[in-house]
Amino acid sequence: MNKFLKIIFFAIFIKPLVFLGLGLNIRGRNNLPLKGPAIIAATHNSHLDTMVLMSMYPLSTISRVRPVAAADYFLANRFIAWLSLNIIGIIPLDRSGKTKGADLFKDCHKALDDGHILLIFPEGSRGKPEEMSRLKKGVYYLIKDREDTRVTPVVLHGLGKALPRGEALFVPFNCDVIIDEALDECNSSTDLLDKISASYNNLFQYCITKNSNLE
Amino acid sequence: MINIPTNSLYAMSGVIGLLLIATAIRLFLGWKKPNTDYTELRQRINSWWIMIAILFAVLVINQTTAMIFFGFLSFLALKEFLSIVPMRLSDRSVIFWAYLAIPIQYYWVSQGWYGMFIIFIPVYMFLFLPLRMVLVGETKGFIKAVGTIHWALMLTVFCISHIAYLLVLPEKNQAAGPIGLVLFLLFMTQFNDVSQYVWGKMLGKHKIIPKVSPNKTWEGFLGGLGTVTLCCGLVAPLLTPLSFAQGLIAGLLISSSGFIGDVVISSVKRDLQIKDSGHLIPGHGGILDRLDSLTFTSPLFFHFIYYLIY
Repeated sequence: MNKFLKIIFFAIFIKPLVFLGLGLNIRGRNNLPLKGPAIIAATHNSHLDTMVLMSMYPLSTISRVRPVAAADYFLANRFIAWLSLNIIGIIPLDRSGKTKGADLFKDCHKALDDGHILLIFPEGSRGKPEEMSRLKKGVYYLIKDREDTRVTPVVLHGLGKALPRGEALFVPFNCDVIIDEALDECNSSTDLLDKISASYNNLFQYCITKNSNLE
Repeated sequence: MINIPTNSLYAMSGVIGLLLIATAIRLFLGWKKPNTDYTELRQRINSWWIMIAILFAVLVINQTTAMIFFGFLSFLALKEFLSIVPMRLSDRSVIFWAYLAIPIQYYWVSQGWYGMFIIFIPVYMFLFLPLRMVLVGETKGFIKAVGTIHWALMLTVFCISHIAYLLVLPEKNQAAGPIGLVLFLLFMTQFNDVSQYVWGKMLGKHKIIPKVSPNKTWEGFLGGLGTVTLCCGLVAPLLTPLSFAQGLIAGLLISSSGFIGDVVISSVKRDLQIKDSGHLIPGHGGILDRLDSLTFTSPLFFHFIYYLIY
């Protein structure tokens, strides 16, 4: 991965876009894990989610923040693949089911061993704008044998308005980034998913761009 | 070398003096009562330093910089407003056009094209936005969406751009220069917020509008009104073309309309059940929390002097 290009790309393009074009209402900033190995489990409604989470990190740390992303989507086109692998620094994940067992998470484990911070979207895909989808169990199988890695739940809201799935027009909106404390150890996949979704439900109440209760 | 007209330079020094006093009081309080948490006060004052530094810098550099700055302020305020009010996803493209109105409006301002400045948003954008919305074709929630977007544009772009127009008015008080009017309006509006708060804290008993803002009292309102009216009378001849008596009327106008702007934005937040409109300015909240009074004082003060003097 090209560390230098990544820093330049975030400094002149992504960070200004996120902080001026969007604008973040951040809560719980101190909970953001600055050192790896760590996992951030965030809600997912837009491609901007990854950019926002990565922009929260100082440029010196940005190359150690690695989004885990679907190989079938991000490696499908040559240009996107080059950008995703070399500039964003994604860890591709095979969703087809062909890769089995230990091989599936090999790259994730290697990154965690190197002290990287993994961004994972347990909903799996972006889904409908500003709506939650069912959580997937993958995160649990990734961390169950790792004692050094904890999961930090993060709720993002408002990005589905700025750039929803399938839209090309970017429209500026402020968005909420609410970060919870890292979760305690979990003994089963359902336990972990219950804890993550309980945390999400709790965090959503701090979103100031969310008014579904009034609509 | 940058040339600041004498009276404006005095005004800026005065503001910096006041901030130094506020900082000193804060440090004294922290030293006197080490166990009390003054985090919010500290954040508030520190944010004031940053806001004042940016404002003075853009006003001093040149007019173009000031135009871009006020345009950017409108952009931040509009974005914040449209982010907290419920919007339909189908309105994204309409909102995109609302943003485009900002550079156009500030272009009219920078050219000093008064006629266009005054009708562009209330007439042309007013008619264009519903047309764009019809082209999208979503009729459910149409009335509410049209109203919300246009109101947002009026408050955050049309009203705020009146501050910038003060800079292109012909110079009538050479000792203050064009920035004198802007300093006068911004300082008196913010000073009004502070004095109404302080008078309310000291004497406040009778609530004015308990349903909207339980902390607003008649004592605070009238105390602020008296203080700001008197200050405006005294300062107006230095920074503006207004006389002492005209300055008093400007003070009444700024103080009472500032109060209204404040409670109007409070009502918006209360409707949405949120406390702050954003987290942009530590200790203050969002940009709208700071611009709330200005959305009302700017056009009213502008048209008052425009009618009297220009």
